Amino acid sequence: MRKYVLLRGFYSLVTLWLLVTIIFAMVRLTGDPVAMKGEIGADATYLERIKHDWGLDQPVYWQYTGFIGNLLKGDFGHSFEKSLPVRDIYFERLPNSLKLGFAAFVISLALGVPFGMLSALKVNTWWDNAGKMIALLGLSMPGFFVGLVLIIIFGVQLGWLPVLGKGSSAFVWSNPATWAPFWFRDWPHLAMPAFALGWYFSGAMLRITRSGMLDVLGSDYIKLVRLKGVPERMVVAKHALKNSLIPVLTFAGLNLLIMVNVAVVIEVIFNWPGVGQLLYDGLSNRDFPMVQGVVLMSGLMIVMLNFVIDVLYGYVDPRIRLSR
Amino acid sequence: MATILGRATEIGGVSRAARRSYSWVREIPLVPLLLVTVLVLAAVLAPVLAPHSHLDPVKPTPGQCQAKYGMADCPYVDNMPPFWFSQGTFATPLGTDYLGRDLLSRLMYGARISLVVALTGTLFAGAIGTLLGVLAGYMGKWWDQIIMRVTDAWLTLPSLVFAILLSSVRGPGVWNIVLILALVFWSRYSRAVRGEVLALREREFVRLAEINGVGKLKIIRRHLIPNVMNTVMVLFSLQVGVAVIIEASLSFLGVGVPPPEPSWGLMMAQERESLMQGKWWLAVFPGICITMLVLSANMLGDWLRVRLDPQLRNR
Amino acid sequence: MPPLLRVDDLRAYYFGFRGTRVVKAIDGVSFSLEAGETFGLVGESGCGKTSTCHAIVRLLPPSARIVSGRIELEGEDLLGKSQTEMRQIRGRRIATILQDPMASLDPLFSIYDQVAEPAYYHRAFRGRRLRQRVKELLSAVRIPSPERRMKDLPHQMSGGMRQRIVGAIALAGGPQVIIADEPTTNLDVTIQLQYLNLLKDLQRASGVALIFVTHNLGIVAKMCDKVGVMYAGKIVEMQSVRGLFYNPRHPYTRALLDSIPKLGTKDPLYVIPGQPPDLSRLPAGCSFQPRCQSAMERCRVEEPSEQHLDDAATTRCWLPLHEATTRG
Repeated sequence: MRKYVLLRGFYSLVTLWLLVTIIFAMVRLTGDPVAMKGEIGADATYLERIKHDWGLDQPVYWQYTGFIGNLLKGDFGHSFEKSLPVRDIYFERLPNSLKLGFAAFVISLALGVPFGMLSALKVNTWWDNAGKMIALLGLSMPGFFVGLVLIIIFGVQLGWLPVLGKGSSAFVWSNPATWAPFWFRDWPHLAMPAFALGWYFSGAMLRITRSGMLDVLGSDYIKLVRLKGVPERMVVAKHALKNSLIPVLTFAGLNLLIMVNVAVVIEVIFNWPGVGQLLYDGLSNRDFPMVQGVVLMSGLMIVMLNFVIDVLYGYVDPRIRLSR
Repeated sequence: MATILGRATEIGGVSRAARRSYSWVREIPLVPLLLVTVLVLAAVLAPVLAPHSHLDPVKPTPGQCQAKYGMADCPYVDNMPPFWFSQGTFATPLGTDYLGRDLLSRLMYGARISLVVALTGTLFAGAIGTLLGVLAGYMGKWWDQIIMRVTDAWLTLPSLVFAILLSSVRGPGVWNIVLILALVFWSRYSRAVRGEVLALREREFVRLAEINGVGKLKIIRRHLIPNVMNTVMVLFSLQVGVAVIIEASLSFLGVGVPPPEPSWGLMMAQERESLMQGKWWLAVFPGICITMLVLSANMLGDWLRVRLDPQLRNR
Repeated sequence: MPPLLRVDDLRAYYFGFRGTRVVKAIDGVSFSLEAGETFGLVGESGCGKTSTCHAIVRLLPPSARIVSGRIELEGEDLLGKSQTEMRQIRGRRIATILQDPMASLDPLFSIYDQVAEPAYYHRAFRGRRLRQRVKELLSAVRIPSPERRMKDLPHQMSGGMRQRIVGAIALAGGPQVIIADEPTTNLDVTIQLQYLNLLKDLQRASGVALIFVTHNLGIVAKMCDKVGVMYAGKIVEMQSVRGLFYNPRHPYTRALLDSIPKLGTKDPLYVIPGQPPDLSRLPAGCSFQPRCQSAMERCRVEEPSEQHLDDAATTRCWLPLHEATTRG
């Protein structure tokens, strides 16, 4: 097990290094970090100064080593606009994103897993077709469209739910008293963005649950459990569920972080001050270090979570850690 | 014995052909096919079919100006509702936007942009990914190690986040999005194609070609690429939908298709204000267009997947 | 007194492609089984052996349906029972051993959990008694140090051990019939014999009846009392093991026996011409007729009915009659 964890950890580090390198290379190969600045017609000396400040006038290898060195020190760049370390801004916003992400995650699980199971248990029936249709709609309706429709119905026409912002409760790292209440307040603000975000993932979740469940239900060991005369409800609840939930949970864990990160458009629509909005702010303020810093932070978090999931996976399913 | 064998295969052949023609006819998904046809026709024939220009405001009648602004003449009438509302007219069937441009015409030209961007972007991504996947799978050794490690690292970032990063250094522009889509999505193909090639490499016809001294390049061209095409096509059709959504999202965020070009995502972003005033149609119609396009692409992709891989019939 | 298990003219079809394709997987199968007896079911792959096994416990895939026939267990009609009632029969009175030991154990539950289930649900064993029972069962199938091994997960065991555990599971409910569907096909040859001996011993000790499905005639000779040879969903010949080997009546049986490699001869091995038939488009007349060396005109038009021969053997072939009439 220890060897397995170390190996996974090594792979994660390699992935992280490659990811960072890819980001570095792609940014310099495909465009120009000061491209956004150039558009507003700023004069050449101003651009030169920014280039100098960002170290873009130095040789590439020097830029690269400096880049990696800063990352190793935990420096993800400074926001040009706010002149604050991106890392600090990121962590300040992270709780808001996590709150939205968790809610969306719960919604996607609550919609996707039961309907996926139902779909698989009643394969090729009316239920199954309905499930497939829901999954398809989930994957085909962009979250921001769902968000706008929700705003039209519940925000504008019915006026039931607040349309903008996250409400007054805030999570302040330095003040532990705010830590707990933050999660339990202002749920009306949370409802629409969480649903709009969860919607897309519930479709994916439904598909994964369904196909995992179908695989398991068609397996020999489930056949043998049925041949033993175990009640059907136990066949499903004990054997089929546990086996089919492993891939679902792996996928779900990753989804949580992806949700936190791709919520950009949803956060913009609902003016939700999360991590995604930092990206949008970075774009509209022409603040490249901010965009890059947030992307790097996201990459780091995802690689770390991937590692944790791999290790947990190894604990839950002993076959994996032995086979690798 | 020979005759018996001959007859047996003959029977098998007939039945298989009969089955294939049967499933072909019955299982073509008509609804998505129809939707795609409508959207493609609208896109291709936009210059002919569109009732107005997609960039310039619609010239209003004096009556409209009088009704809206109390003036005898005005450059345009903005935020006209669709025809079924009392103020709506058939001249602008779906109404006009905040600059008085005809919504229907803009939607039709928007289909052009969405289709061209998503298709070319996915096509480039497919070409890059397939090539790298074949190389990784067939050449093996350090080719495989390097390409697959990079692919895995590439896959770590959510596609939208990656696309936003790249767009921040490219700026808005139609071809920039194509480039971004290609750069973000190739890794999906290389992963799938590599797996396929690993299996193909062990098959007899590839082995036989190797034993007969056929060159690596020729094996890749003649044996591997044609055989991974099924997988690539399925992936392609499923990725088109995602690409449409990514393009719309980038345009929505203002780093995609630059105004005044009518991208569906951009149109939705521009109309967020009028949405709050209850003019829902301006944002909803582009949204419906996106959903229709992505939905039909996904359904066709699913159908293709089932057709090309019978083992997945129930998935 | 009725036989322990009686299957009478059972027919089960698979309906594919929205009902346009009918695969007659079981097309009139009849046999009966007494307590302690071993009935062998032999045939090529795809001839309906496995479907027959699943049909008896009414666990055919959803696309298949039992169209007609009777299955009786001690005179009780199994086809009339609901799925809930059938559950009381599966594992409790009729247990099953599947073909692939690597795939037939749930990878996430311990050996103890899986062996205990039938005893728990059917014999109401709980707590210490259940534990004791599982230990006995594992010892019975010769798992070394059962107390320790029963906490293990399936992947920690070899294929042979796993198949013995599947055997223990089959015994756990105390069944009257065990259906063993090619239990040794996926085992190493050295372990096969071990396993067969174990099954024989267990059968002797518990008096359970065995339906033994295989395509290996050598195993049939070793294990079975009575044999049914299946071809294209039908039992084409049924008789005692001795009779089958010394006096095969159906040309297909003869062909099967001829295709066993024999030691000491240099004659080329006999190969049955043609391929097993497509069960959705069977030839007219006898299903074996296109591959049969002694096919007659009658075979191509009329399907042979079941012929009861003198020594309690039955066959579906016109030939024995023909011979009888020409001879007599």
